[in-house]
Amino acid sequence: MVWKLSPVSVWRHRIPRYRLIGKECKKCGKHHYPPKLACPYCGSRDLKNIELPRSGIIETYTVIYEVGEEFRHKAPVVIGLVKLDDGTRVIAPITDVAEDELEIGLRVEATFRRIRDGDHFGVIGYGLSFRPIRTNVSKTSS
Amino acid sequence: MKSVGIVGWGAYIPLYRIAVDEIAKMWGIDPFLAKALGMYEKAVGGLDEDAVTIGVEAAMNALQRAKIKPDSIGAVFFGTESKPYAVKPSATIVAEVLGITPNTMASDLEFACRAASEGLRAAFALVESGQIDYGLVIGADTAQANPGDVLELTASSGGAAFIVGPSSESVAILEGVFTFITDTPDFWRREGVPYPFHGEGFTGDPAYFHHIIGAVEGLMKKLGLSPNDFDYAIFHQPNGKFPLVVGKRLGFSREKIIPSLVTPYAGNTYNGSALLGFARVLENVAKPGDRILVAPFGSGAGSDAFSFIVTDKLEERKKLAPTVDDYLSNKKIISYSEYARMRQLIKIVR
Amino acid sequence: MSKIYIGGVGLNRVGRHFKKDIVDLAYEVSLEAINEAGIEPDAVIISNSLGNVLQKQNNLAQYISSSIGLRGKTAYHVEAGDGSGGAAIHIAYTLLKAKIASSVLVVGVEKMTDYPSHVTHTALSQLLNYEYEAYYGATLSGIAALIMRYYMKKYEVSRDAVSEWPVLMHYNASKNPYAQIRKTITKENVKESQIIADPLTLFDISPIGDGAAAVLLVGEDYEHQLEEKPEVFLDTVVHHAYELELTLREDLAALPTVRETVDLALKKANLRIQDIDVIELHDSFTITGLLILEEAGLAERGRAAYLLSDGRFRHGDKPEVNLSGGLKARGNPIGATGVYQVAEVAMQLRGAFPGLQSNSPEIGLVINMSGIGSSVSSIVIRKR
Repeated sequence: MVWKLSPVSVWRHRIPRYRLIGKECKKCGKHHYPPKLACPYCGSRDLKNIELPRSGIIETYTVIYEVGEEFRHKAPVVIGLVKLDDGTRVIAPITDVAEDELEIGLRVEATFRRIRDGDHFGVIGYGLSFRPIRTNVSKTSS
Repeated sequence: MKSVGIVGWGAYIPLYRIAVDEIAKMWGIDPFLAKALGMYEKAVGGLDEDAVTIGVEAAMNALQRAKIKPDSIGAVFFGTESKPYAVKPSATIVAEVLGITPNTMASDLEFACRAASEGLRAAFALVESGQIDYGLVIGADTAQANPGDVLELTASSGGAAFIVGPSSESVAILEGVFTFITDTPDFWRREGVPYPFHGEGFTGDPAYFHHIIGAVEGLMKKLGLSPNDFDYAIFHQPNGKFPLVVGKRLGFSREKIIPSLVTPYAGNTYNGSALLGFARVLENVAKPGDRILVAPFGSGAGSDAFSFIVTDKLEERKKLAPTVDDYLSNKKIISYSEYARMRQLIKIVR
Repeated sequence: MSKIYIGGVGLNRVGRHFKKDIVDLAYEVSLEAINEAGIEPDAVIISNSLGNVLQKQNNLAQYISSSIGLRGKTAYHVEAGDGSGGAAIHIAYTLLKAKIASSVLVVGVEKMTDYPSHVTHTALSQLLNYEYEAYYGATLSGIAALIMRYYMKKYEVSRDAVSEWPVLMHYNASKNPYAQIRKTITKENVKESQIIADPLTLFDISPIGDGAAAVLLVGEDYEHQLEEKPEVFLDTVVHHAYELELTLREDLAALPTVRETVDLALKKANLRIQDIDVIELHDSFTITGLLILEEAGLAERGRAAYLLSDGRFRHGDKPEVNLSGGLKARGNPIGATGVYQVAEVAMQLRGAFPGLQSNSPEIGLVINMSGIGSSVSSIVIRKR
C-alpha cells in the first residue's frame, strides 16, 4: 500500500479547506488565504480566523494537460485563481465547466468536492472547488 | 410528546445527464424497454462528486431554508448505499463541512434505498422525545449498476436533505408514520462487489409493491384515512412507471402522483429518490392544509409511509434555495464514454 | 573587504543521462572545477531540490561529497527549489567572507529523468504550497500559466509577441554545447506545439533534464597561493525569500522579490542596471523570463516582449541576456540551474564560453529564482 495522502494532514487542514477559513489581520485589516501565522501584507502576527465569502470572480485560469500522477484520471485539470467578493484570492479547481465557458471575470461559487482520490486503500481528500454561478441553482445568488 | 415536522429541505442533482437511449444503444437493450420504464435521462455525478459531496450540497440548501444555526442540529443521519468509505462515517464529513460538529449524533444508515427514510423516523423520534432540537437527514447516492444491466438505465446520482424540528417552525407537520419490513432478498450487493444484483421481476410484486402497500395501508388504517384524504402521494421511484402502478393499486389517482416524479428526468437516485419527489411536491404544488403521503421503499425489504400536513410557512421557504426543477433544467448532456469516465466504469491503473 | 574568486567551473550538458546517477553527474563537474582551480576545497555545498523525492536519497551532502573523494570536509545540502543554486552560492560566499572556509566547492546537481514525466511534474509541484496549491492539482507550469494569461490580458500582449522569448532562447542554445536543446524554432512552432497548461505550450516551459554544474570559490587569502590567478570574482550576492503562494501577491504580473534583490545587489555593488554586460536570468517559463526583464529594470511593465522583437537583449546588445539559451533551452535541472548560471557568466567574463561569447564583458549578473518568485538570488560577478 502506498500512502498518497496523509490521514493526519487531511484532518489537520479540514476546517480551512471545508469552510474556507482564512485570516484577517487585526492591524491592516486585510484578509488572506491560505491562513498564515503572520500577515503577508504588513507582517503583523496579530491575526484572527475569518470565514471568507464563498463567491467571487475568476481573475485568471489555466487548463492543465500535463498533470501530476494523481490527477491523470481527471485531466485536463482546470485551475482558477478566484478573487472572492472580499478581495481575498484562492487557488482552486474550477468544476462543472466546459473549456469554452471559461473566461476572466466569470462569476463562480464554492462547492464541496472530492479533490483527491488518493489510492484505493487510503483516505479521500475533500475540499472546495468553484463552479460557474448559474443563476437558478446558485446558493449565493438566491 | 412534542409535535414535529419538516423545517427545511434541499435538493441536489448533478449537472450531467445521459440519455437513457444512449445507454440502451451501447448495450443492445431494446429502446422500447427504456420507454416502458418511463425514462428519458438520468443524472450523472462528475468526476469529483460522490454521495458525500452530493449530500453536502443538498444539506446546505436545507439549512438555507430552515434558517437555523448549524450547531443547533443534534443528529446527522446519512442514508446511502454508495458510501465513499465502507468503514468511516459520511455523516461526520457532512457535519464538519456544515459546522454542526462536535455536539451531535452522526451516523450512516444502510437499508438500500430506504436508509434515509428510517433516518427521518429516527430524527422525528429524537425531536419528539425532546432529546434534540433539530435533526438533519440526508439521502444521497451515486447509484451503481452493472454496465449493461437494465438497472443501468435508471441508476443515477443525486440527493435530498431534510431538517426536522418542532412543528411550530415546520413547513409540513408529521401526522403519522407506519413501517412495514420483511426479509426479502430482491436486490443486494455483497461486501467488496462493485455493483448490486437483483431478482428482476422479483423486485416487483413481492418487494416494491408488497411493502409499500403494506406500509401505506397500515398508515391509513392507523390514522383512519383513505386515499381521498391525501392531496399528493409520493412513492419510491425506481423508474417512471412503478410509482404510478403502486398508486393505482392503492387507489391514488395519477394526478396526485405525477407532480412528484423526478426519476424520468434524473434517474433513480436511490436514497434520494422518494425524497426528491417530496421536495418537488413541496416546491411546486403543495398548499397550506394539504395532506401529503410519502412512502419510500428499500430493497431487502421495507417501506415507511409518512403523512404530513402542509403549513403556511411553506411559501416563504421555497425561494430560499434552488428547487428540484431548477436542478432539472440545469443540465449538460454527455455521451456514454463521458459517463463511463465520470462514474469510473473504465478501470485505469494508478 | 576581501574578494571571493571563482577559481574553477565545471558543467555537464543538460539532458537524459540515463547511465549516470546523481553522484556520477556531481563527480564529473566537481573534478573539472577542482582541476581547473588546482586546489581541493575545504567545504562542499550540494545544491539539489528533488533528490529526496526522485532518488529517495537524503543525507545528500554527506553521500555525494564522500562518494567523490571529499570526505571529512564541511558539507551542507541546500534546497530552495530551482533557486537552490543561488542559495548555495550565497552560503559559500558567506562562509568565505567570514573566513570560516578558504575554499568552497558548490555543486548543483539534479537527476530528473528516472521516472515518467508525470512523476517529475508531481515532484516539481512540491515547489508550490503543497497543501493549498499542489493538493488541488495545480502544477508549477499551471501556476506560471495563471500568471501568463493574466499578464497577456492586462498588458494586451499577443501570443506571437511573447513567443519572441523562446525563439531567441533556442537560437542562443543552438550555439551552446552544454545546452539540452540545440534546435532553433519559430513562433509558429511555439503556437502549434503541445499545450502543457493553457496558455503555456511545450516551448514556454523549460525541459526536463539531468544536469550538474560546479564552481570552486576561493577567498582572497587563499587566492595568493594559486598558480593561476582567477580572473573573475563574486562582487555581491543577495538572497531573499518570499511567500510561495501566488494568491498572496498583490500584483499577479509581478515578481517583487526580483526587483528587491536586483536593486539591492546593484546598490551594494555601486552599479546601475545599464552597467551590466551579460545576464543569465531565470526563464523557467516564457512568462518568468519576460517578467524578470521588467523587474530588473530592463523593460517597462508589459513591454519586455516588444523590446525583444525590436532586437534587444540578443548577442551584441547591452546587456546580452541568456547567451546560454537560458532555462528554456540550455535546460533547467532544478537544483543545478543557479550554479550553471554562475558558471556561464564566469566563463563569459573570462572570454571562454564555448557558445555565443560576449565581446569583452566586464560585469555580469545572475538572477536565480525558485518557483514563481518564492526566493531570488541576485549575484553580481565581475572581472578582476
